[in-house]
Amino acid sequence: MIIKRLLMSVAALALSTGLAHAQFSDGKVKIGVLTDLSGTYSDLAGQGNIVAAQMAAEDAGGKINGMPIEIVSADHQNKADIASAIARKWYENEGVDAIADLVTTAAARAVREISKEKGKIDLISGAASLPLTNDWCSPTGFHWTYDNFATGAGTAASVTKQGGSSWFFLTADYAFGHDLQAQSERAIKANGGEIKGGVRHPFPNADFSSFLLQAQASGAKIIGLANAGADTINAIKQAKEFGITKSQNLVGLLIFITDIHSLGLETAQGMMLTTGFYWDIDDQTRAFAKRFAAKMNGRMPSMIQAGVYSAVSHYLKSIQAAKTDEGVKVADKMRELPIKDFFAKNGKLRPNGRMVHDMYLAQVKTPAESKGPWDYYKILRTIPGDEAFQPLSENTCPLVKK
Amino acid sequence: MNQKAIPVRNRAMTPQRLLVLALLLLALAAPFGIYPIFLMKGLCFALFAAAFNLLLGYVGLLSFGHAMFFGFASYVTAHAAKEWGFSPELAILAGVATAAALGLVTGWLAIRRSGIYFAMVTLAFSQMMFFVAIQAPFTHGEDGIQGVPRGHLLGFIDLNDSLAMYYFVLAVFVASLLFIHRIVTSPFGQVLKAIRDNEPRAISLGYEVERYKLLAFVLSAALAGLAGSMKSVVFQLASLADVHWHASGEVVLMTLLGGVGTVFGPTVGAFLVVAIQNYLSETGSWVTIIQGVIFILCVLMFRRGMAGMLGPMMKKRGIDV
Amino acid sequence: MTLLFGIPIQALFGQLLLGLINGAFYAMLSLGLALIFGLLNIINFTHGAQYMMGAFVAWLVLGHAGLGYWAALLLAPLLVGALGILIERTMLSRLYKLDHLYGLLLTFGLALVIEGGFRQLYGISGAPYAVPEELQGGWNLGFMYLPIYRGWVVLASLFLCLGTWLLIEKTKLGSYLRAATENPQLVQAFGVNVPVLVTLTYGFGVALAAIAGVLAAPIYSVNPLMGSNIIIVVFAVVVIGGMGSILGAIVTGFMLGLLEGLTKVFYPEAASTVIFVVMAIVLMIKPQGLFGKGS
Repeated sequence: MIIKRLLMSVAALALSTGLAHAQFSDGKVKIGVLTDLSGTYSDLAGQGNIVAAQMAAEDAGGKINGMPIEIVSADHQNKADIASAIARKWYENEGVDAIADLVTTAAARAVREISKEKGKIDLISGAASLPLTNDWCSPTGFHWTYDNFATGAGTAASVTKQGGSSWFFLTADYAFGHDLQAQSERAIKANGGEIKGGVRHPFPNADFSSFLLQAQASGAKIIGLANAGADTINAIKQAKEFGITKSQNLVGLLIFITDIHSLGLETAQGMMLTTGFYWDIDDQTRAFAKRFAAKMNGRMPSMIQAGVYSAVSHYLKSIQAAKTDEGVKVADKMRELPIKDFFAKNGKLRPNGRMVHDMYLAQVKTPAESKGPWDYYKILRTIPGDEAFQPLSENTCPLVKK
Repeated sequence: MNQKAIPVRNRAMTPQRLLVLALLLLALAAPFGIYPIFLMKGLCFALFAAAFNLLLGYVGLLSFGHAMFFGFASYVTAHAAKEWGFSPELAILAGVATAAALGLVTGWLAIRRSGIYFAMVTLAFSQMMFFVAIQAPFTHGEDGIQGVPRGHLLGFIDLNDSLAMYYFVLAVFVASLLFIHRIVTSPFGQVLKAIRDNEPRAISLGYEVERYKLLAFVLSAALAGLAGSMKSVVFQLASLADVHWHASGEVVLMTLLGGVGTVFGPTVGAFLVVAIQNYLSETGSWVTIIQGVIFILCVLMFRRGMAGMLGPMMKKRGIDV
Repeated sequence: MTLLFGIPIQALFGQLLLGLINGAFYAMLSLGLALIFGLLNIINFTHGAQYMMGAFVAWLVLGHAGLGYWAALLLAPLLVGALGILIERTMLSRLYKLDHLYGLLLTFGLALVIEGGFRQLYGISGAPYAVPEELQGGWNLGFMYLPIYRGWVVLASLFLCLGTWLLIEKTKLGSYLRAATENPQLVQAFGVNVPVLVTLTYGFGVALAAIAGVLAAPIYSVNPLMGSNIIIVVFAVVVIGGMGSILGAIVTGFMLGLLEGLTKVFYPEAASTVIFVVMAIVLMIKPQGLFGKGS
């Protein structure tokens, strides 16, 4: 019986002190960079995001209102369960105030749920899916760099207008791929294009030859690639190998500069794409890229990495203005302040957390046009933010008042 | 708080009982020093490993597809709690029932084979279930089922409180471990061991070996399901990672590391592996390398695992692990 | 256009040919696996990692020593095979008396270490490897455009499979090997050094995986996880063919490649699962595999 009583009191103690675990601001601004450090997306996000976040902290002077800024990081391996476990640990146990990057939709969504529940800030740069600012939106959640609407619909519309009137899709068989295809299809149909079909391939996938032959048999003018990273690279390489690029054009609906870097210009030349950032646009972008490259063995920043910098520095500015690091108040301040930096010249945050800024329609240079490594894009057109992103009238986020 | 699991029978304190008691007290006090979510993850995997060990350690069947029970139960629990508004205990029961049913079907087919063929059949089924998990709309593919509500246990214990959640998981874990202990020490368990050690002899003694194996398989599947269901409540998430064959491989690692066929071995192994993953998550690939090295060392040097090593040492001092 | 099951017949031919190319890889890999299992009774989970290492050797000798594809085709099997022999001597040889599950677990651990190490060293994105100049370009077959390199892969694989099969079925060395599989003690008594035979067999099986890796390098990018993605499928191939059956591994490898190719036309999402369905069915009906001897 003594044991039983002992256990009861231990349990009672446990319940009564449960509150001690909630973390209050601890005189520090702590930002966690949660990203893919070892997987498919580690080149276009990964270490470069940590560097970008650190640069933003340095540029803010390392301190906000006398509180030191600390950047921590972890690898979520593109898995939702690992991401959610780390986010919980950070928020509950380590006093993290905001989490940045979150490449891959599944991981972003997992962290979004927890951030919402705890009233903490998430600064999503890497994930692409549109629901993040629609059904899954949050008062303290932000989607910074791009989304499937901006890259998929943006590219698809431009290509269709230029005569790419019939499409066949190779789609990665998971939520991101389906979303990207859906956004692109709408834009194609809106511009009078025709969808000849599509095929969903396993994710990740190494051999695309069979799917490419089906695309070839469809007779579509354009093969749309609704996938990302290594899948996109493999599909493009194999299309060239099978001579498909002679009769049909491949369009990557989500392409990063790091993809072009691994494909090489010989293979990638002439491709059209939509991007939220290119390092060689003006003096400001070049200055940032130069500093970034110096810390990254000469690699130029991808749009995700540049976006992390922009998001983190806007977050820090808002804390300074709001004079608190309490999530909801900072989020309000973030929406209030305009975003003006090398990444977003005239950015603003919508109620659903979408950061609206100009996007760029680009074409990959030919080897002859390129002056050397990382000189890859010709900017064809600047797409104004309100055209590039989903119109608020179509948005399903409850925070958007209609 | 559920206290059924704690043995309070008034008997003499043997060293073994003292050890168990000390461990229990440790487990009760642990969340005040260690992050509770980490402990709960450890407990869920420990139960998963214990369930797996029931099959490998006591029937001698190595399943390479246990992730299907773990993962599918977690999907069903998550779906039931989120979409149908089930209370946590009912959602978990639904998950366990699913795992048991799945175990009955796959087990009925798989137990006709033994050794490596058994491992391959279970692998094949789990790959098929993985395919179902990717394709079925209710699992939400790569996104998984997210934002699962923890809810109120029995209607009044708020599981959103980390400590309440922890003590619930601990109670279920202790009860399950006692249940497993009960199974392996029962006459049924004795028959299982007889089958493991000499199947033809068990048959000649008139035991319907297949039925025993099937029952053990279903029990193991159901317990693995229980572990998966709890994990989905703790993390409020059910995802593809838990159905993937890597999860099946991981549970083999945990059991082997802790000691096959011991009661506490899988728990030790599970906590070690979870700790490695937790504390080395920043180092990326090093986790994989360290896990691999542990595998190799286990096979080459201590095939009986940590508990298997410690057991004889303790036994000398009169403690039976 | 002629239609067959609603698919243009040309497209179907194309898919079957592609299936054959994939089948060539399955055959080469499962051949080595079956050989090792037959004599060592070990299921070599490291096979995928060894295939990956083969591709990496090709890429590394190109980058560091300027040695091209053909040199790599010779060097990779030698280097990876030598490493395999080292593994067999230092680790696997201690496990022969134990249940073969231990061999599976050990090689699984090895695969984790090797893949983790390569990930740590070279990242995950993979490195491109160009098709050798002699094999660039392609043939227009009418129903599809066949890159010469893919054709070469099928030929090379057929040649290797046939060669290995002849070596085992028709030579004296092969007869020792077959005999040692049946009764090692007796063969030892006849003065054949069985442990050396075992070691060499492991080295040879591993070398086959490395060759497959070099052949794969120009098709898929060289990447630390290329082996772990394929190994589970290759297991299934060996099980379906009959564990330890050389002919079974070869024929099943090509057959399943074709089957997978067909699935990609009719139900692409299931392409990676269909092989496991076949495996489950075969294990239920004929557990010793399609070509295995009675159990």
